[in-house]
Amino acid sequence: MTTAGVRATARIGARADGRGGTALPVLEGEGPLALRRTRASGDEARVMLVGAMSGPLGGDRFAVEAEVGEGARLHVGSAAATIALPGQAKGEARYDVRLDVSGGGELRWLPEQLISAQGSDLYVSSRVELRSGARLVFREEQVLGRVGEQPGRLTSRLTVRLDGRPLLDQELSCGPGAPGGWDGPAGLGGHRALGQLVVVRPEFESEPPQARLLGEYAALMPLAGPAALVSALAPDALRLRRVLDEALRTLDR
Amino acid sequence: MSRAALLVLADGRFPAGGHAHSGGAEAAVKAGRINGAASLEDFCRGRLNTAGLVSAALAAAAALGVDPALLDSAADARTPSPALRVAARRLGRQLMRAARATWPSGELDALARAFPKGAHQPVVLGLVARAAGLGPEDAAYCSAYESVSGPATATVRLLSLDPFDATGVLARLAPELDVVARAAADAARNVVDAGVDALPSASAPLLEIGAQAHAAWAVRLFAS
Amino acid sequence: MHLDHTHDGASAVSADARRPDGSRRALRIGLGGPVGSGKTATVAALCRALRDELSLAVVTNDIYTREDAEFLLREAVLPPERITAVETGACPHTAIRDDISANLEAVEDLEDEVGPLDLILVESGGDNLTATFSKGLVDAQIFVIDVAGGDDIPRKGGPGVTTADLLVVNKTDLAPYVGSDLARMAADAKAQRAELPVVFQSLRTEAGVTAVAEWVRERLAAWTA
Repeated sequence: MTTAGVRATARIGARADGRGGTALPVLEGEGPLALRRTRASGDEARVMLVGAMSGPLGGDRFAVEAEVGEGARLHVGSAAATIALPGQAKGEARYDVRLDVSGGGELRWLPEQLISAQGSDLYVSSRVELRSGARLVFREEQVLGRVGEQPGRLTSRLTVRLDGRPLLDQELSCGPGAPGGWDGPAGLGGHRALGQLVVVRPEFESEPPQARLLGEYAALMPLAGPAALVSALAPDALRLRRVLDEALRTLDR
Repeated sequence: MSRAALLVLADGRFPAGGHAHSGGAEAAVKAGRINGAASLEDFCRGRLNTAGLVSAALAAAAALGVDPALLDSAADARTPSPALRVAARRLGRQLMRAARATWPSGELDALARAFPKGAHQPVVLGLVARAAGLGPEDAAYCSAYESVSGPATATVRLLSLDPFDATGVLARLAPELDVVARAAADAARNVVDAGVDALPSASAPLLEIGAQAHAAWAVRLFAS
Repeated sequence: MHLDHTHDGASAVSADARRPDGSRRALRIGLGGPVGSGKTATVAALCRALRDELSLAVVTNDIYTREDAEFLLREAVLPPERITAVETGACPHTAIRDDISANLEAVEDLEDEVGPLDLILVESGGDNLTATFSKGLVDAQIFVIDVAGGDDIPRKGGPGVTTADLLVVNKTDLAPYVGSDLARMAADAKAQRAELPVVFQSLRTEAGVTAVAEWVRERLAAWTA
């Protein structure tokens, strides 16, 4: 039995096509990370990340890179939730997401949930590099354990930079072996679904969105820059999505 | 270097405004998440390993002489709650006032000029440690300890918790505090070569969400 | 070494008489005393008596944050930007005596934002008889007690009654109803305070806060002399 784990990188490059639409000169899937272009909506290109195999498993290293050029608009979704599973390979799995958006470009990164299955060990790193004038909607949702199961070990770091300056840097560690108190009254308080929605817009510089609570376990928070974060906890994925969808609707209005 | 300076700086009675802040305990008490010594301990442990680790690393990096303006924007990025950013800057300004009177230093004066409304408290704390002749690990210890002593003291007032129980919580957390302070100092040393991305960014969702809820209350005992 | 003794642009430390720009800062007068003795009512009356002749502002230190500030706002004794509430973590005496940093920040911010100011009144939340203001925060302090709280308070003494620059015995109109002996209170206060002044007042009478306002004017004259 091989124990090396799978390495796979998917790449997306989006450019303004000069006719009011967005072209995808780069659209490369690999191994378990397949990409499909779906029907465009207006001037926005749409890409679906299709998991051809389940994963990542222990020892796997997956990466997805997307780059959005000036004036291009890209929407990325996924066909199904990603499930982190225990593998035969030793050690943690890694999932690296690297997103670059130029000034005047827009990325809407709205994949389905990441589910941390019992016994899995995954480190997710999401790095978003924005140039001034870039627009971003970035959602990540984590579900700790499948129904009735204990979660695996999951660490997720999200970094958003604007012109090289840090706008948001948050790491969340949960599951067995995570630093103590992660599920306690300062951390998750027993919730099994958590999500973050980051929205960056140049116009927030002069008109930042108002901070507000979205129920007892979610808040919309203007960041120190033209951006807002919605941080939410919920008992399950469905109720989490409802909160984030509602928040996105009010921010999109 | 005087090790005793660390005792002066870490003393809960050091007049730097901390007594009016609960470190999120008031929100957690009202929500029922802290209702006694056991849940206080779990709260403090979670805070120590997230906000405590981050602030300890910021303090250690500032004590090492890393550019405080860079550290301050790194602190902003690690504090999504605007209520917590306001509290951190207010506490930074108050610490600055107390420290300039206690350990006069050109570096503190320069930081006060650059941030007249206050830099993030851990950044100020690191520079204060420097002014007091202390090192990065001392600064990390001080910051990590504050991250749990504040909520513990506040909970004594909020729940009329037995003060011996609250002190017992702090004593039980001491070994973990050692680990956090050392990890923070190690991360800070990496900042010197690798930049502020080497700082930890551990986050605690209920601290951020709870701080936003707390800031919206019309009536509260603590400022944060 | 202190490289920067002029405090240019940055917060001054403690009770320097000068602001960072070299101008004289406002006179700061603290008002303390037990719960319900009429501190906030006295502050409101002082604001009404002095606001036309002086530029003034108020800092409150509530137990439950903002209650006293909101009373003053409702009464519209000053424009809202001249009233700041300091949060005290359930301990106003800590905020006015042991750790005055939040209060110093509040008075400096008021001078920066609505200044120049002649006078800032710093009101403590109702506390016990030992609560006094730090000399690092205020230049003079008024301790407010009332006849309904028991006519033996002056005899019992305590730092507030004994050392305050002015002792105000409030609600004298209630004395007949609560059986308080004003003459005895005056004699006890004299015994405790020697030459320090005592004012008996009722805000319901025509004289109201006049005597206290006059004392404040005298302090201000001395401050600006």
